[in-house]
Amino acid sequence: MRILPKHLLNAWVERLRIDHRVVAPRESHGQYIFDEITSADELVLDYHSSVLPPKKYFLPPREDLFTFNAKTMEMSPVIEEIEPTVIMALHTCDLHAIQLLDRIQGTGHVDQHYQARRRKTALVSIECMQPCMDQAFCKSLGTLSVPEQFDVHLTDLGDRYAVDVGSDAGEALIRGMGFFWKPSDTDYDRFNEVMAGKWPNFDYRLDCDVTDLPNLLGASHDSTLWDEIGERCLSCGQCTKVCPTCYCFDVVDEIDLKLEKGKRVRVWDSCLLEKFAVVAGGHDFRNSRANRLRHRFMRKGKYQLEAYGLLGCVGCGRCALSCPAHITPIATLNTLNERRQASPGESA
Amino acid sequence: MTTLLRETLDHSSIYMPTPARIVAVEQFTELEKWFHLELPSGFTIAHQPGQFVEVSVLGIGEAPISICSSPARSNGAFELCVRRVGKLTEALHRLEPGSMIGVRGPFGHGFPIDRFQGKDIVFVAGGLGLAPLRSLITEVLDERGKYGRVALLYGARTPNDFLFPADLKAWAERGDIECHVTVDRPTDGWDGHVGVITTLLPKIDFPARNTIATVVGPPVMYKFVLQDLLAKGIAEGNIWLSFERQMKCGVGKCGHCQMHHIYTCQTGPVLSYAEVKDLEEALS
Ligand SMILES: Cc1cc2nc3c(=O)[nH]c(=O)nc-3n(C[C@H](O)[C@H](O)[C@H](O)COP(=O)(O)OP(=O)(O)OC[C@H]3O[C@@H](n4cnc5c(N)ncnc54)[C@H](O)[C@@H]3O)c2cc1C
Ligand code: SF4
Ligand code: SF4
Ligand code: FES
Repeated sequence: MRILPKHLLNAWVERLRIDHRVVAPRESHGQYIFDEITSADELVLDYHSSVLPPKKYFLPPREDLFTFNAKTMEMSPVIEEIEPTVIMALHTCDLHAIQLLDRIQGTGHVDQHYQARRRKTALVSIECMQPCMDQAFCKSLGTLSVPEQFDVHLTDLGDRYAVDVGSDAGEALIRGMGFFWKPSDTDYDRFNEVMAGKWPNFDYRLDCDVTDLPNLLGASHDSTLWDEIGERCLSCGQCTKVCPTCYCFDVVDEIDLKLEKGKRVRVWDSCLLEKFAVVAGGHDFRNSRANRLRHRFMRKGKYQLEAYGLLGCVGCGRCALSCPAHITPIATLNTLNERRQASPGESA
Repeated sequence: MTTLLRETLDHSSIYMPTPARIVAVEQFTELEKWFHLELPSGFTIAHQPGQFVEVSVLGIGEAPISICSSPARSNGAFELCVRRVGKLTEALHRLEPGSMIGVRGPFGHGFPIDRFQGKDIVFVAGGLGLAPLRSLITEVLDERGKYGRVALLYGARTPNDFLFPADLKAWAERGDIECHVTVDRPTDGWDGHVGVITTLLPKIDFPARNTIATVVGPPVMYKFVLQDLLAKGIAEGNIWLSFERQMKCGVGKCGHCQMHHIYTCQTGPVLSYAEVKDLEEALS
């Protein structure tokens, strides 16, 4: 642990800005968005939640994969070489989400487009002291503290930050900078006090234990709840857009009017949209809103865990906030749990 | 020096295809064409029967297509059988010999042919399902001595819809593979079997314990074929099916092909019934 006095925070950020693009939460129309900052004064560390998660810096909503000439068959990959970037003030839930994205994009065939951006980006996270919104359930999902992988993590101790370094990339943001002090015994005491004090500020929102989630969902495949919330769902895909762990995409070709030069582009897609799983002949493996919603929930609480060893939901609450039909993970999962308890052994 | 086609994925971008030349095209039916392709010199496709490639027409798009030629005979050349159903396949059907397309792959897992040795094998093909199975059948027939009894059950909509007629004829003539074909709807002059593919199953009397079944066809076919194969006593782990799903990437990233926790493009498309029987949505 090291100590960063608060009055040196801006100096540190300005120092980082010399050789990095610095991205941080910024207020915009009463909400917060991650954006590049042009001065350390713009930095906000205590924000509630951002509209879009930081995944947009690794998987942009729209991205060129390669350019081509359809006549000559020449093709060249578009791997964006970004400048070294620091994303500041990530909440730990978003950090957990990036850990999942890293695992997915790095499993099997490594996605070079993701990798090129990710390699050049260091993450500075911050310990949450208060719930950021009603719908967050990070404590229930175990994402209320840093995951195994992190770069630099800050904990607010009042007039100073406790600074933890978790990687070489993190160390490079700190080393030789002169802003960081060695902690004293009182700093350690204060740190322990703050960490113990924050815990009761958060509630367990999920009625079952997180380790029981895959079982709950497994037992709820035929639940009538899917039809009930399916009735309300508009298939708008808003929930997947704002989700820090959603990464599905569609691929489209664009070509000029001479049908010569073009590019292949990927764009965010959503398993909530109609036609996402349709195959030739028109067979649709998830042909109703209820089926598609169920798939999304299964993915979040069961499938991703089975495939990648990490839950597909980090409890950030963004989907709940953005859903025009007020479908929320907490209400959905707790209702499934209630119904399971009401009729144990049977399908909920 | 030969380069495996799949190695190109790791060089630059996993989404960038390699150009391949169409060397010949044959029309099987109104909807289906057979493409003979050639990779640039020095490249080889090195696939397992049942694997697929992502085929591109630049400016139009990409789609997964099974390799229908045998691995042993592939080298830099390989074959695809393509049904015209939408954007990419229509564009492909308009191309003449000499045209270039893009290919990526081969992807996923094909049939675990090593585990078939010494076993009796029943190939069950519905319609276009014959394309991926042809790769396997050719491989098995080329090394005929390694396997027990071998049979093909093949169903098409009408007698005009048969694919690979020359192969069907050659196989029927070999005598070391039982061939049974059926049509849903006969046309004038058809004196063969009529009925859905399951009506051919009683013709096979292989001892169930030593039998492998490989099944490829439209989604609706699987439930009924499975019922009958299981009723015959064929072990769940000896029934191999190829799963069709929407696939946009082939590399486990786009999410479209997800079936339960499995990315069909990676873990599949060929999976055993034992692996999928408890997965919701796999066989619905
Ligand atoms: C592992 C695997 C192997 C395959 N092997 C072969 C093969 O060997 N030969 C072969 O011919 N095919 C094969 N296919 C199927 C082939 O990939 C599909 O037919 C593919 O969709 C064709 O692409 P397309 O662009 O021509 O069609 P698309 O334009 O994608 O349309 C194809 C069909 O999808 C449906 N569809 C797509 N989008 C919509 C929409 N917005 N609304 C409604 N319906 C829609 C329609 O039913 C349409 O007929 C395989 C598929 C898989 C997964
Ligand atoms: S599913 Fe909802 S709560 Fe969970 S990570 Fe995604 S947006 Fe956040
Ligand atoms: S945001 Fe709500 S209404 Fe829209 S697709 Fe998601 S669950 Fe359905
Ligand atoms: S086709 Fe994209 S994940 Fe399987």
